[in-house]
Amino acid sequence: MTSERFLSTPAQSTSDRAADIAAADNFLVVDHLSVRFPTHDGLVQAVTDLSFSVKRGETLGIVGESGSGKSVSSMAVLGLHDAKSTRLEGSIRVGGQEVVGADESTLRKLRGKEVAMIFQDPLTALHPFYSVGRQIAEAYRIHHKVSKGEARKRAIEMLDRVGIPQAKNRVDDFPHQFSGGMRQRAMIAMSLVNDPKLLIADEPTTALDVTVQAQILDLLQDLQREFNSAIIMITHDLGVIAELADEVLVMYGGRAVETGATKQILTHPEMPYTWGLLSSVPEVSADEDARLIPIPGNPPSLLNPPSGCPFNPRCTHKDKVPGDLCVTTLPELLPARVGPSHRRRCHLPDPEVIYLTEVLPEIAPDLIDPTTGEPIAALQEIAAASEAEANADSRGDQR
Amino acid sequence: MLGYIVRRLLSAGLVVTLTSMIVFALFFLGPDNPAQPLCDINGKCTPERLALLTEQLGLNDTVYHQYWIWLQGLFVGREISFGPIYQCSAPCLGISYSTRNEVTAELLDKFPATLSLAIGGSLIYLLVGVFLGTMAARVRGTLADRGLVTMSLIVSSIPYYVLAILAWIYLSLEWQIFPDTTYHPLTDGIGAWAYGLLLPWLVLGLAQSTAYARYTRGQMVETLGEDYIRTATAKGVAKRKVIFQHALRAAIVPVITIFGLDFAFLLAGTVVTEEIFDIDGIGQWGIRALRAPVDFPVVAATVLIGAVIIVIANIIVDILYSFIDPRVRVS
Ligand SMILES: Nc1ncnc2c1ncn2[C@@H]1O[C@H](COP(=O)(O)OP(=O)(O)O)[C@@H](O)[C@H]1O
Ligand code: SF4
Ligand SMILES: [Mg+2]
Repeated sequence: MTSERFLSTPAQSTSDRAADIAAADNFLVVDHLSVRFPTHDGLVQAVTDLSFSVKRGETLGIVGESGSGKSVSSMAVLGLHDAKSTRLEGSIRVGGQEVVGADESTLRKLRGKEVAMIFQDPLTALHPFYSVGRQIAEAYRIHHKVSKGEARKRAIEMLDRVGIPQAKNRVDDFPHQFSGGMRQRAMIAMSLVNDPKLLIADEPTTALDVTVQAQILDLLQDLQREFNSAIIMITHDLGVIAELADEVLVMYGGRAVETGATKQILTHPEMPYTWGLLSSVPEVSADEDARLIPIPGNPPSLLNPPSGCPFNPRCTHKDKVPGDLCVTTLPELLPARVGPSHRRRCHLPDPEVIYLTEVLPEIAPDLIDPTTGEPIAALQEIAAASEAEANADSRGDQR
Repeated sequence: MLGYIVRRLLSAGLVVTLTSMIVFALFFLGPDNPAQPLCDINGKCTPERLALLTEQLGLNDTVYHQYWIWLQGLFVGREISFGPIYQCSAPCLGISYSTRNEVTAELLDKFPATLSLAIGGSLIYLLVGVFLGTMAARVRGTLADRGLVTMSLIVSSIPYYVLAILAWIYLSLEWQIFPDTTYHPLTDGIGAWAYGLLLPWLVLGLAQSTAYARYTRGQMVETLGEDYIRTATAKGVAKRKVIFQHALRAAIVPVITIFGLDFAFLLAGTVVTEEIFDIDGIGQWGIRALRAPVDFPVVAATVLIGAVIIVIANIIVDILYSFIDPRVRVS
């Protein structure tokens, strides 16, 4: 089809064609998605103007504090929001199929088959009254015309695959008879039973202890390699992102505030909120509270979002922006000066320099010269080099 | 599981025994001599006759001894004499003062009518209540939902006996929709049995169903917000199946608990229903026995059978419970 269009519209611009090819590549395309809930208190703007895409075999990490709209946007991908009490705008295409406004039967064909989901707390996400095997078999039978016996065999096979010892003997166990880690494995087995092309994992390891967490993440990576599925990994743990994600989407107050390749975002973040996330990466020994309140201040109200930049009430860098832009004008999600796919939503004119000279030394104090209190020379060199690179890049852009 | 059943049966036995003791105590702690009503029954009660009856009934013995005799009667039968000597075979619950028949025989005679009424009525209120509640939860927030809840509140606010009398007057007498509400035992044929009971069933069942509809609705709304319901939808389970299988399975558990707890109210409801529709069951029998001169053995038997029924109902509920919730099964 692309070639046909290619032939019939020779005048089509190169960039359009490039966009077409990219779109064909992307299994999931979320385009200007807004999700709002009318409530007694007013309109909750849970997700606003959100765009992202994921290719098969690739992992997108979505990070953000709780309440930033991560779950709401991922649930929209499966059409899980109640149509009557939700206002959806924009477009979500799964393998070319539009999800926004699709009818139940279309959605049901996607759910569990094309796109599967793993939820945060496997104890509450599994039905307490049905055996684990039954729940997996049910997921399989919805999309395959097989007997109960065959579905059960498949359930055992899947439990075995995700590393449940003696799967044959455990298949009839109920969720409460499984440990937390085993429950999450069962949940993963259930979501993978139909070989989905996209797996959405919504904080899959938050409820688990660190060792089990690592095992589950390894398992997901193995399975991704095996099935070449796309993964969306939702988390507020940048450690998880660093380990798994190819691309990162940082969300704040229902909006994308920074996106790009993982390495780029973790080493050259350009948005003060991302800096906050980086500086709050918990020590292994940190207690729960320290994990949960990473950045001073509260998440923005979704009923009356702050004017200007949503992060401005908590931002400690807004004085570096000329005028009162931060308070009056919402920054666009614009390409950063460095990094090909890197975009960020911030008015700061030179965020990369601020990061290297002010933020990084604070996050990593061992990079500060103990005698002078200045960033060590090497760091200053990096800053200078980065600035030069940025200037070169922007000159390149203008060409 | 076996240990659980044994424990359950032991505690049930304890409850019934305690009830029998309480009934027995009421018998003696009352203001009157228990022989008084018996003495009043035929003609003038002279002090001599009262003294004789008191002696014959063994009322001069200690309470413990009398309870012992009563228990013995329950297990092996006994002789009772007030005037003539009556053979009361096990399980002996005494001789009715008014009819001079064995109370146990009368009880067995009245029991099927009450059981028919109670089972039919409770089936209707469970099924109708759970179904309406589930549907209301499914369309929650809509006009249909609000209408159902309002209707149910109105029906619930009318005293049951008023509803039952109105139903009897209009549906049976005035409009002749249910012209004949005479009770026929099952032995007269299932058609006659059901035909006579239809209106009482509907009145008892529909009146109670409103409370169950509201309760089920509340449980359903809560359950529909559970993570595992979202999981089921995310798997691709059809909406109807999500509601009537995944959600109802969990929401029904507390409804069944309430059903067990409510059983005493069901029995009270049957008493009123029997009175109004003139069904010759245990309720009517017990009420009649309460009128002066009080038929003590019959009253005692009614209370006891009430306790036994409630205990049995609760055992059934517990067993149901363990079938529905696997977490109960294990512990
Ligand atoms: N059905 C709903 N009605 C109203 N508000 C909702 C609803 N679902 C989610 N929200 C709100 O949307 C915001 C984003 O929630 P969520 O996506 O769950 O955040 P998180 O990033 O922690 O996953 C929260 O403030 C939440 O309260
Ligand atoms: S736009 Fe202004 S307020 Fe927002 S993050 Fe950037 S500097 Fe801070
Ligand atoms: Mg969430």
